[in-house]
Amino acid sequence: MEPVMAIVVGALFATSIYMMLRRSIVKLVIGLILLSNAANLLIFTVGGMKRGLPPLIDEGMKMPTGGWADPLPQALILTAIVISFGVLAFAVVLIHRAYEVVQEDDLDKMRSTDT
Amino acid sequence: MLLAVLSGFILAACAPWLTRLLGDRAGWVLALLPAALFVYFLSWIPLTAGGAAEVVHYSWIPGLDINLSFLVDGLSLLFALLISGIGTFIIIYSGGYLHGHEYLPRFYGIMFAFMAAMLGVVLSNNIISLFVFWELTSITSYLLIGFNHEDKQARWCALQGLFVTVAGGLALLAGLIMLAGAGGSFELSELLNSGDVLRDYPLYTGMLILILFGTFTKSAQVPFHFWLPNAMAAPTPVSAYLHSATMVKAGIYLMARLNPGLGGTDQWLYTLGLFGAVTMFTGSFMALRSTDVKAMLAYSTIMALGTLTMLIGIGTEAAIIAALAFLLAHALYKAALFMLAGGLDHETGTKNILNMGGLRRLMPVSFITACVAALSLAGLPPLFGFIAKELMFEATLHAPAIATVTTVLAVISAIMIMAVAALFALRPYTGKLKETPKQPHEAPPSMLAGPVVLAALSLVFGVAGFLPVQGILHSAVAAVHGSPLEFKLYLWHGVNTPLLLSLLAVVTGLLVFAGWDRVLAVYRRLTFIDRFGPERGYERVMAALVWVAEWQTRVLQNGYMRNYLITILLTAVALAGGTFFIYTGNTVPFGTVDITFYEAVIAALIIAGAIVVSLMQSRLGAVATVGMVGFGVALIYVLFSAPDLAITQIMVETLTVILLVLVLYRLPRFLNLSSTAARIRDALVALLFGGMMTVLILAVLDVEVVAPISDQLVAWSYDEGHGRNIVNVILVDFRALDTLGEIFVVGLAAIGVYAMIRLRAEDKRS
Amino acid sequence: MMGSLILRTAARFLLPLLLLFSLFMLLRGHDEPGGGFIAGLIAAVAFALYLFAFDAARTRQLLGVDPRLLLGLGLLAATVSGLPSILLGEAFFTAIWWPIDVPGFGEVKLSTPLLFDIGVYLLVLGAIMTIVLALDEAEEE
Repeated sequence: MEPVMAIVVGALFATSIYMMLRRSIVKLVIGLILLSNAANLLIFTVGGMKRGLPPLIDEGMKMPTGGWADPLPQALILTAIVISFGVLAFAVVLIHRAYEVVQEDDLDKMRSTDT
Repeated sequence: MLLAVLSGFILAACAPWLTRLLGDRAGWVLALLPAALFVYFLSWIPLTAGGAAEVVHYSWIPGLDINLSFLVDGLSLLFALLISGIGTFIIIYSGGYLHGHEYLPRFYGIMFAFMAAMLGVVLSNNIISLFVFWELTSITSYLLIGFNHEDKQARWCALQGLFVTVAGGLALLAGLIMLAGAGGSFELSELLNSGDVLRDYPLYTGMLILILFGTFTKSAQVPFHFWLPNAMAAPTPVSAYLHSATMVKAGIYLMARLNPGLGGTDQWLYTLGLFGAVTMFTGSFMALRSTDVKAMLAYSTIMALGTLTMLIGIGTEAAIIAALAFLLAHALYKAALFMLAGGLDHETGTKNILNMGGLRRLMPVSFITACVAALSLAGLPPLFGFIAKELMFEATLHAPAIATVTTVLAVISAIMIMAVAALFALRPYTGKLKETPKQPHEAPPSMLAGPVVLAALSLVFGVAGFLPVQGILHSAVAAVHGSPLEFKLYLWHGVNTPLLLSLLAVVTGLLVFAGWDRVLAVYRRLTFIDRFGPERGYERVMAALVWVAEWQTRVLQNGYMRNYLITILLTAVALAGGTFFIYTGNTVPFGTVDITFYEAVIAALIIAGAIVVSLMQSRLGAVATVGMVGFGVALIYVLFSAPDLAITQIMVETLTVILLVLVLYRLPRFLNLSSTAARIRDALVALLFGGMMTVLILAVLDVEVVAPISDQLVAWSYDEGHGRNIVNVILVDFRALDTLGEIFVVGLAAIGVYAMIRLRAEDKRS
Repeated sequence: MMGSLILRTAARFLLPLLLLFSLFMLLRGHDEPGGGFIAGLIAAVAFALYLFAFDAARTRQLLGVDPRLLLGLGLLAATVSGLPSILLGEAFFTAIWWPIDVPGFGEVKLSTPLLFDIGVYLLVLGAIMTIVLALDEAEEE
């Protein structure tokens, strides 16, 4: 599965960057969402993917039975998902506010710092 | 010892408050700390006798071998005594000099921080902590020089001092790291014992250049000397302190300190010897040219620094004894002279020596003290300065290889300094009383205590040369030389070459003094000094820096978001992709694909969703499709053993949709603003980066890594973490500190959103 | 705003269920899938649903406190949970456990990680509600 995921992650990165390079600010936001998904999947893929072996210990046991999926990347991604939501909210509101002030959707026209 | 070094920083924090509380008595009370430190350091003297060294060790960052360890031997103790002893008088003096000054509390704060940093430099055993203290002295001295911050000139001078010393500091850091690499330790006490290894290090010359760049800028050696006279923009107590016992002496200290490790080579001899000799000459030459009393003293400091560098460079036994005697003599008379110069300025309102005269009746104590200190500066018996100068001549006469140059320059310098000393002692006090901006009278006791005591010490040490030798010089010489030396200091050596040279210098110097007005006229014609000095070089460099900054801002910071992104991405592709290509060629390992039908469908859905989003024309459609991609990712988490991630992802996807619905509809519609060419260019960049990521992942998957640390986490989860959901145990227990940082970020983002929206609401209302 | 009768009824029913579910997810998180992040998100979704069905004022009333207070409390709880270990001379954030037997219920594992997780829960809920409520109120103005 991992080689396929490599292609999926690559495709997500490519589309997110394409969206972020557009001049429309709304497309920038969408690019950001794709980018965080790409980054999370990147960590997940490189950490190794296993089917049906969640890092949970059965009741009465001290270790997971029959192997486990690596819990560390999962812990990292879990917080990353929540943080990327926070950052997304921040970006969206920032963009919205910039739009209100400048009344301009075109990033090329948001160049000067004092508007 | 740790408390001794850090107490200055602690007092710095509460000094402003104490100053307000104590009012007029603040100077006397605050001086108790350096006085106490002085006594404390005195108590260490018996421990260092005979060249013994004591290392006091505190672990700081043990993982990186960076410790807060202090090295107490004769050399560091000599400096610590000077810093705390002279510091005591400087603090008292400041109380009088800056009496009633609006920023006096702040002044004391910075002053104590500076003093503590300086103590840190001379006492550090670890070279990294030495460097940290070294930079702290640069920063605090910047604040002190620019203390009169409303004066543009003062700010400019402070900035110049900072740039020059910090540029040197950068080189020093590189040099010190090389030193640690060569000697295999960060501790001076160990490095100094491996001198042979250091001198045979293949990059010895480069390392030496870097370290000396640091010490030369700090100690104002030609061609970096120009910042020191400008540092006079500081209030006089600061100048007195910077010039006599601190700041500029840090460079001298480091060179003396490293002498057993790095000294003794040809490079060391020629660089230090010749640069020092030229600096000595330049300093005295410029001192004679000045009419500002403080400038005169500042240039004579450069002379002294040059002399010290030269003597350390020569490195013979005689030279090392001379260097340390000279260091002590200079610290004593220079602090006294500067404080007296400040007194003149304070009482008369002018700094120009041509405007002063006949003050001896009005300022008798100052006059007598000035005479004693100036005699020491001139190197006349029976003062300690005389002993130091005789030793210096002795050392230059017997210097290896460069004896002629050093002796000739030393004699010329001595002549000019003789004249300068006479000018300083006699010109303002003798002759007819001149009209000055202020009605002059004797300086207050707080401003005389320091000069009187220090000048008296110059006299006592001169008459009783055994006192400083027994006290501290013997062990200091042992520290610089690497092994103890037996020597005694006398005023009378019998008739020998150094005495004759001294005689020559005194007679000629007095002649120069007598004809100074004519000498000045000659100097005035030498205008090329101002036009082609190294200070012009500094100005050129600064102008070029500004030009480069403007240029790169124009090119890189052009305001186009996508230009920034493309620059960053292409750089990443070039560096990461390029490195990958160089090391592995163009073969990409594509592992065996083991995939089920469902998984293939989900993967295809994610890719298709992503592509559709980038081509979509409607906002709603794009938001929905992005949501679909997100749910696809959640399904991947479900299938591949990450239930926690799947739940989190689904919840966040839901919230994202809510967020976008709340905001997005008030944003404009999608517009197609880009031209086809731009779109093709962006698509190429995107594909390049995406492709690189794919290739890198494939390569990473192919690499055998060391066993993941998570095996240990899994094993600990139940026994240590008492939890069966290992992901949660990692989050709230094993890596709780990280998680704390992460929730902080989430909280900050929320506060940021709130602030932005509220700010707008207030804008509207107003 | 866009609340229909069906949505309102559904929200009224779903809110207590979702909140209970979020508490359940929080408390079992150490042993089964769940935990502070997930539980906080679920609670936030519950309140957001209620917000859509009714309005910001009613949602605030239901929350009882300003969401920014929840955010601060969460950070405080998470930070404070690292302190007991210092008092016992251990490194910051070393976990400390106080298992208590509750008659008729079994063992309850009180611990600093549990306090930390509650902090995470409050923070996530507070942060998201701060954002969502601020956005919604800005629109109403």
